[in-house]
Amino acid sequence: MPKHIIDPNQWIKLYSDYLFNYTITRVNDREIAQDLVQDTFVAGLKSMKNFKGEASERTWLISILKRKIIDHYRKINSNKGKAEVRMSYSSDENEGDWLEERVADPFDKTAEDTIENTELGMAIDDCLDKLPEKQAKVFKMKTLLNYETEAICNELEITASNLWVIIHRARTAMAACMEKNWF
Amino acid sequence: MKLKCREANHICDKAQYKEANLWEKIVLNIHLIYCRACRKYSSKNGKLTKLMKNPKVETMEASAKEQLNAAFQKELANHK
Repeated sequence: MPKHIIDPNQWIKLYSDYLFNYTITRVNDREIAQDLVQDTFVAGLKSMKNFKGEASERTWLISILKRKIIDHYRKINSNKGKAEVRMSYSSDENEGDWLEERVADPFDKTAEDTIENTELGMAIDDCLDKLPEKQAKVFKMKTLLNYETEAICNELEITASNLWVIIHRARTAMAACMEKNWF
Repeated sequence: MKLKCREANHICDKAQYKEANLWEKIVLNIHLIYCRACRKYSSKNGKLTKLMKNPKVETMEASAKEQLNAAFQKELANHK
C-alpha cells in the first residue's frame, strides 16, 4: 500500500471547508471555529515530521482538530472557575442560566437531530469533494453562501447561462452522490 | 407553451433559488404533467435543496478563507 504523503501547501484549499464544517457543528461559533481551524493547520505544520503516513492527511488533521476542540472547551470551563458544567449561549440575556434549566424543552431539537445534522454536513462535504473544482466553487457560492447570480458571474467572469449550466451539472452530480450516501 | 426538457430543467434549477418567475413555474408544471424524466429530476432537485437548507451545513466565507490562507502562508514561510 502506498504511503500517504504530506503537502501543507494544499491544505487550505483541500481541507479548510471540511475542517470548518466539522468544527462549527461542535462549537457553534463561526469565529471560534475559524480560529480552531487555523490553530490546527499551524499545529499540523509544526508536527509534520510526526506524520507517519498511515492515515490520510485529512484524518490526521481531524485528529489534531479534535484535541483543539477539547482544549477549547477546557479553557472556557476553567475561565469560569466553577465545577458545574456551563455552556456559553448566543444571546446575552440568557447568560448565567444553568444548563440543566435548558434541557427539557420538547420543542427544541432532539439529540438525534443534532447527530443527524452533523453527519449530513459531513456527507455533503464528501460529495462536494468529489465535484470538479469549478462546479464545487460555484455551487457553494450559490447554495451555501447565497450569493446573487450576478455577483458570482462578476467574480468568476462567467456569463449567467454559463453559471446555470455549471449549477445544473453540480446539482445532478450532488443529487446522485447524496442518493448513494445519504438516503 | 411546450417546453423542451433542457429548458424545463433550467427553470427547475432556477426555482431552487427562487429565481423563476410565475409564468416559468406554470409552464414547468405543465411540462411535468406529461414528462416523467423531468418529474424525477425535479423531485431529486427539491430534495437536494432541502438538504442544503439545513442550518448545520456550513461553509467558510471567501474572505475568512483568504485571511486563513494569509496567516498560514506566513507560518509556512517561518517554518522553512
